[in-house]
Amino acid sequence: MNPEYSPKVVGFLCRWCSYTGADLAGAMRLQYPPEIRIIMAPCTGKIDILFLLQAFEAGADAVFVSGCHEGDCHYVSGNLYARKRVERMKEILKEVGLEPERVEMFHVSASEGPQFAAIAREMTERAYRLGPNPVRREVRTAWLDQRSAAGNAA
Amino acid sequence: MKSQQQGTNPVGAVMVVGAGIAGVQAALDLADAGFYVYVVEAKPAIGGVMAQLDKTFPTNDCSMCILSPKLVECGRHLNIEILAPARVQGIIGEPGNFTVTVNQAARYIDMAKCIACGLCAEKCPKKVPDAFNQGLISRKAAYVLYPQAVPLKYAIDPVNCLYFKKGGKCKACEKFCPTGAVDFSQTDQPRDIQVGAVVLAPGFKPYDPTKYAAYHYASLPNVVTSMEFERILSASGPYQGHLVRPSDHKEPQKIAWLQCVGSRDLNHCDNSHCSAVCCMYAIKEAVIAKEHSKDGLEAAIFFMDMRTMGKDFEKYYWRARDEQGVRFIRTRIHSVDPVPGTDDLSIRYLDEDGTLRAETFDMLVLSVGLEVAPEVLETGRILGIDFNANKFAETSSFAPVAATRPGIFVCGAFQGPKDIPQSVMEASASASAAGDLLAAARFSLAKKKPEFAERDISQETPRIGVFVCHCGINIAGVIDVEAVRDYAGTLPFVEYVENNLFTCSQDTQEIIKERIKEHNLNRIVVASCTPKTHEPLFQETIKEAGLNKYLFELVNIRDQGSWVHMHEPERATRRAKDQVRMGVAKVGLQQPLREFTLPITKAGLVIGGGAAGMEAALGLADQGFKVHLVEKKDFLGGHALKLNHTWRGEQVKPYVDGLVQRVTKHPQIEVHLNSEVTDVQGFVGNFHSTLSTRGREVEVEHGAAIIATGAHSYKPNEYLYKENPRVLLALEMDQAIREKNPLVTTAKCAAFIQCVGSREPERPYCSRVCCTHSVESAIRLKELNPDMDVYVLYRDLRTYGPRENLYKEAREKGVIFIRFHADDRPQVAQTADGGLQVTVKDLILGLPITIRPDVLTLASAIIVKEQEKLAKMFKVPLNNEGFFLEAHMKLRPVDFATEGVFVAGLAHYPKPLDEAIAQAKAAAARAAVVLSQESIKAGGVVASIDPALCSGCQACVGVCPFGAIDYKETEKVCEVNQALCKGCGTCAANCPSECITLLGFSHKQIYTQIDQALAELKMAAEAAG
Repeated sequence: MNPEYSPKVVGFLCRWCSYTGADLAGAMRLQYPPEIRIIMAPCTGKIDILFLLQAFEAGADAVFVSGCHEGDCHYVSGNLYARKRVERMKEILKEVGLEPERVEMFHVSASEGPQFAAIAREMTERAYRLGPNPVRREVRTAWLDQRSAAGNAA
Repeated sequence: MKSQQQGTNPVGAVMVVGAGIAGVQAALDLADAGFYVYVVEAKPAIGGVMAQLDKTFPTNDCSMCILSPKLVECGRHLNIEILAPARVQGIIGEPGNFTVTVNQAARYIDMAKCIACGLCAEKCPKKVPDAFNQGLISRKAAYVLYPQAVPLKYAIDPVNCLYFKKGGKCKACEKFCPTGAVDFSQTDQPRDIQVGAVVLAPGFKPYDPTKYAAYHYASLPNVVTSMEFERILSASGPYQGHLVRPSDHKEPQKIAWLQCVGSRDLNHCDNSHCSAVCCMYAIKEAVIAKEHSKDGLEAAIFFMDMRTMGKDFEKYYWRARDEQGVRFIRTRIHSVDPVPGTDDLSIRYLDEDGTLRAETFDMLVLSVGLEVAPEVLETGRILGIDFNANKFAETSSFAPVAATRPGIFVCGAFQGPKDIPQSVMEASASASAAGDLLAAARFSLAKKKPEFAERDISQETPRIGVFVCHCGINIAGVIDVEAVRDYAGTLPFVEYVENNLFTCSQDTQEIIKERIKEHNLNRIVVASCTPKTHEPLFQETIKEAGLNKYLFELVNIRDQGSWVHMHEPERATRRAKDQVRMGVAKVGLQQPLREFTLPITKAGLVIGGGAAGMEAALGLADQGFKVHLVEKKDFLGGHALKLNHTWRGEQVKPYVDGLVQRVTKHPQIEVHLNSEVTDVQGFVGNFHSTLSTRGREVEVEHGAAIIATGAHSYKPNEYLYKENPRVLLALEMDQAIREKNPLVTTAKCAAFIQCVGSREPERPYCSRVCCTHSVESAIRLKELNPDMDVYVLYRDLRTYGPRENLYKEAREKGVIFIRFHADDRPQVAQTADGGLQVTVKDLILGLPITIRPDVLTLASAIIVKEQEKLAKMFKVPLNNEGFFLEAHMKLRPVDFATEGVFVAGLAHYPKPLDEAIAQAKAAAARAAVVLSQESIKAGGVVASIDPALCSGCQACVGVCPFGAIDYKETEKVCEVNQALCKGCGTCAANCPSECITLLGFSHKQIYTQIDQALAELKMAAEAAG
């Protein structure tokens, strides 16, 4: 059996800016890939690094956090803490041999519908490019095989 | 103003005319303080000009992001009724009891039925220029003002609608509307509305440069106004935020801003005033445009005086000039010429050296001034209020928000050109003034929220009901909603599932309540649109059915589902199922959340006995609240005692004397002279402060505090101050004029030097008042002795707003203005006979000029000292220059992030008396919102620390932006003060022992959501073995 790779992207959005930006993408009918699953929090300051770890453990191929722009945080500075945690998460990914770009911090304001759609596309593209999260063992193996087959063919 | 002179009780309602940011703020302050508010807006939605702006200076905040929550709050406030589109047509009565006639225009859309799906606009065949986007693109005759409009309801524009133009044909909208909301039988409805006061906030209109023939605005598409440029920059604007020029949609490489178009100009228009905001918005647009551009946009601003006199504005200007590479050229552009064969534009100008230059740009932005629209002047005339020479509402400096007709108040750009924070301050000040007048009628008409008995579900297992919305075809057109419903039925703890055509409709609310009872449901999931707009509605519904409102989850399968995956129905359906599974799992773990009430001490503490402090104290006392007024010195009055006149020429002394009298005689005000605050404990509604009066300590209880501690003038070391008796500071000059000091009365020559200590690297801010003050004093000297030679040496003359008229008057009276460079400042020397000699390089002549003034006035900076102590006690921040830093520069100009503490006057930033009074009244209004409540509601989504797990490491204490977490020394654990917690959860994420739970967003709930989001993988892996 050759399990097909359909990536899973998890996005943590703050309620005030980015979630509203994502809504605006909808109101503007901007299309983005449906691989994304959004989890809303009051503030990205609430996003514990453990949530990011949990998402990867549960098989997410890419994970992102999106908060208000710097200085715009409804709760003053939660987004700055989130940024630090994402930076730390990148280090952890490197330490365990995963690509740090599987996790990213973004800042999307409530009026940036197009930017949200662009982020959604960007993270999905990254997930496709980097291939399945290795915890999805079979899918990963199949994807690697396929890639090397394609490489050999070329 | 005393509370109500008439025998009858005043009416506890207020009408706010105009619903831009000023009107919205006034409405919210009034409604929150217990008055019923009618908002009358000419357009079909509220938001005003601020909704059209891209970013706001000086923080570059996204305008819509910061505005939208206020609009939503206004739209769903129990005590605010929005009449839009509507206009005032008449008024009778007297302060406290007016009857206002309002014509509510037909919308031709039934607001109760419209679900804002947009099909009417999609099917409407008639295109019209979209005024919201400044005509850069078109909209339909059936339209919504902007995507985030409040109320989010469509309207039909009868002027353009084919049905009206062609006598009953078309009706495409009616045919396609899925809810039958289109109603062509509607007619305009006149209404007589009884209110106690009227607040006018109809705002401004940008100057129309069509008349400015030399700039060819009407014929050259790449000459745009600043308002058009805002829309061009906006992500939701005509070009989706791509910076392109209108003629050929090419990305511009070079843009110039031309300042003072329709301002400071009596040649092309009658606007002698400065519009006060254009310098800053031009810099902002230039900076943002450069950010937008990929390959280094060149930005140039052509200006006369750079007027960056607000808080943090000067630094913004310097950054733009020194770091972001915006070019500033001091000149007024005479004319614009098209470059033949291209869409480019050429301008010719004299640069500072007097050289004639020509330069070509891809695009020109005209920084258009602010004026009051003719139809608004007409409304003012109907209401019987006066206008000043610049056609803004007439007010006095001492009652800056009172119109000339008692009972009518004004705020925002209608009162004079001004920026957003000043408009917001005045809006709150109007609310305070109306509150004074109507204090006796507080809560007489305002509705109180009904209470519903709550069912105890603590012993029940989850019984979840899932309602999946079709939203007409908005969701059902893409997602297989029946399949989502059936899938929801298979999930754990789900007892009931159902589809609705419109889950948000009024009849569905009744259905949901019935289903809760029938099936004994204890948790509800609705899969429809966004919680931002619809969560409160459904929470209300389940509350009415006896459930705690937090036992609810909204799953967004429209805005973040069908609308963004329109061409992928299968995958969109799969996503919707995942979303429902995540929502069901989350709500299953949800427990009822408690909201609790805390009592409020109905008293205010005002610190500082200057004009701002006294005005704030009276603002609260006149509304019926007890006030403690604390003053360090042994007298009241502060700096105002040293001023002769306001810039409008009103005498200050009688005003201050009157103020001191009213304060000392007021039964509600206790004045504490020779006193300081030495300790502050508690939180909003319940502060306990210690005052020290000459060593004796008193404890006072108060629910709110206003900091109005004032400022000081900088004592210069330069320009022979204190070395030569002929050198005075601005306030000493006032004194000399007042006391008819021979130094002044016998002077044949006088000079002023501006920016002494201001706009310097160590003090990078403009002191805002000095230019106007010096110009005013110069005029006084000319009046004293018309033959006196009076010189003002300046860097940029900042007589902003209507103060520009004073500058003009001074020039007409023969005052000579000489500009100097910051790096080539005037030299002041003492002559052998003890006289003064001032040498300055005249930049026009390029030669040094020598003046021998008999008296020299230094316009020295306004500075603050030692604010740290107070800041620390109240847990509020200071900016780099030591001024108190408000919660938000734009929209919360008198609030702090710490609730219940407010700021006014010079302690916040240098400002003239009229602005300090407005800010003091605003602070009083905001404090009154706190004090007028019976109790404070706290709880709901807040953090909670499990003391059994807490190790007392205090990692949470430091990250909490609201000072809501305290370390309990005795128990060695941390504790959240739920009255202060705002529920961001930053502490929870920072706690190393996971002992902090953000109620409603617990770790367990988020882990569960993550697991459920990825459950498909687990299932697939299990299936694969």
